[in-house]
Amino acid sequence: MDSGLLLSPFTIAYQTYGELNADRTNAVLICHALTGDQHVANIHPVTGKAGWWQTMVGPGRPIDTERYFVICSNVVGGCMGSTGPASTNPATGKPYGLDMPVVTIRDMVRAQALLIDHLGIDQLFCVAGGSMGGMQVLQWAASFPERVFAAMPIATSARHSSQNIAFHEVGRQAIMADPNWRGGRYLEEGVRPEKGLAVARMAAHITYMSDDSLHRKFGRKLQNRAAPTFSFEADFQIESYLRHQGSTFVERFDANSYLYVTRAMDYFDLAADYDGVLARAFKGASTRFCVASFTSDWLFPTVDSRAIVHALNAGGASVSFVEIATDKGHDAFLLDVPDLISTTGGFLDAAASARGLPQRKTPS
Amino acid sequence: MALIKAPGARADHLLISDMVDPNTRVLDVGCGDGALLRLLSVQRGVDARGIEISQAGVNDCVAKGLSVIQGDADTDLADYPDDVFDYVILSQTLQATRKPKVVLEHMLRIGRHAIVSFPNFGHWRIRTQLLLRGRMPVTGILSNPWYETQNIHFCTIRDFVELVETLGASMDRAVALDQFGTPLRFAAPWWVWNMFGEQAIFLLSRKS
Repeated sequence: MDSGLLLSPFTIAYQTYGELNADRTNAVLICHALTGDQHVANIHPVTGKAGWWQTMVGPGRPIDTERYFVICSNVVGGCMGSTGPASTNPATGKPYGLDMPVVTIRDMVRAQALLIDHLGIDQLFCVAGGSMGGMQVLQWAASFPERVFAAMPIATSARHSSQNIAFHEVGRQAIMADPNWRGGRYLEEGVRPEKGLAVARMAAHITYMSDDSLHRKFGRKLQNRAAPTFSFEADFQIESYLRHQGSTFVERFDANSYLYVTRAMDYFDLAADYDGVLARAFKGASTRFCVASFTSDWLFPTVDSRAIVHALNAGGASVSFVEIATDKGHDAFLLDVPDLISTTGGFLDAAASARGLPQRKTPS
Repeated sequence: MALIKAPGARADHLLISDMVDPNTRVLDVGCGDGALLRLLSVQRGVDARGIEISQAGVNDCVAKGLSVIQGDADTDLADYPDDVFDYVILSQTLQATRKPKVVLEHMLRIGRHAIVSFPNFGHWRIRTQLLLRGRMPVTGILSNPWYETQNIHFCTIRDFVELVETLGASMDRAVALDQFGTPLRFAAPWWVWNMFGEQAIFLLSRKS
């Protein structure tokens, strides 16, 4: 691992959809975001909700499971089956807790590459993902250019900004300030730092939306009451919404995993591995890139995507770039945004044609 | 012949396509809705990329599977390394740039060849509108009134030829089209082109 420590053995949990073709050329790897997991296009086993990217992945969707073999794995450090801080440390027989080595985006990608080896795939047709998933896409393209035919980094950045590190630190401090965190050993003591994790989620959730979308959805509307209560109850709908987001999140996510995965994003600075010159990360790449950003995304603003596009151009790579107008903020990459759907469909269809894969039956 | 294989394609696009060798790398600066990029991909099998200033145009191109990014010819060509393309095309966009000479210099640096098409401000209809009516010309390809046009740097064919000489580039081919999109006779003298060509297309190369 990048920390110099060894994590062995480790487990990778993954889902696949569709069929790998005989040439093994139609595999698409989806990389999930901070709190995502491998359940990209199936009912989630814990929450019972639809897969997190069903707008994009599925039969007849842009990432068409009738044409592509879609793979999505839980990141190392996560909590949905891949080895993470809640997993048992074979050296002690107890959960790793903070004894788990710190994970980086590159570590996550290295682990995914081992999974792709295991599946007998030399080259992925496409690697796609948004936010932290987009970071993994960029790392894939830089670390294994010959294994990535096409890449779609969405709403992401080649380096995590100071502002974003700051938000993550607020979340981590909220978790660590919860008396039930117990120095990270809460699982052995039979408690969970749910309040801290919920606060972390609430703070983060604000950054995934935009002022406009919050205003449109909630405004200053009161929650099931005609007037303010002059108390600290959730008078406003937005308060009630955030509390709900926090309380449902703790049911499916491990607090220590939140520390590890946010840390991985903080440490991400792709150019730093290439003498500070991002273009060198993509020099001579034959991968076809499609970069997308959203106008109202202030967490990973368009300027971050432009920096990626400039570097790709300077490296001579084939790159498309769209900035999609929406008021839905960073979360737009997960939502049903028609321009994102059409962009992805057009880009993948053209790439499929270049790769010699069958075309869509009824092009839209 | 190109005209048969691409019904509905613009006459200037077909002539540009004719100037491009097959299986080369092409950058179309100001690619609009991507019509020329598509034509080049289909007819010449080129690795076609585009830059377009309007985000709506870009999104449209990418949804069609074209490799296009949002960008501005005046500012973003500087980011490209030397010699990454065989051809850099500027189709009906030169007159809308803030610094046409700098843009042309970048084109000849980024690509071995530059193909430039532009409306000829020396065309007789433009001359007569100014001379006889005393009005800023409005024609078929310059259809906006002066206060709404994107076009800020007009030139005539003669002006352009002089700029090419200043740049030290070589003129490999030149075509002038009349108002019906028909190429003028090649043997016609410059003044005929400058008078009767509504638009012109030049294939330039770096002298090295």
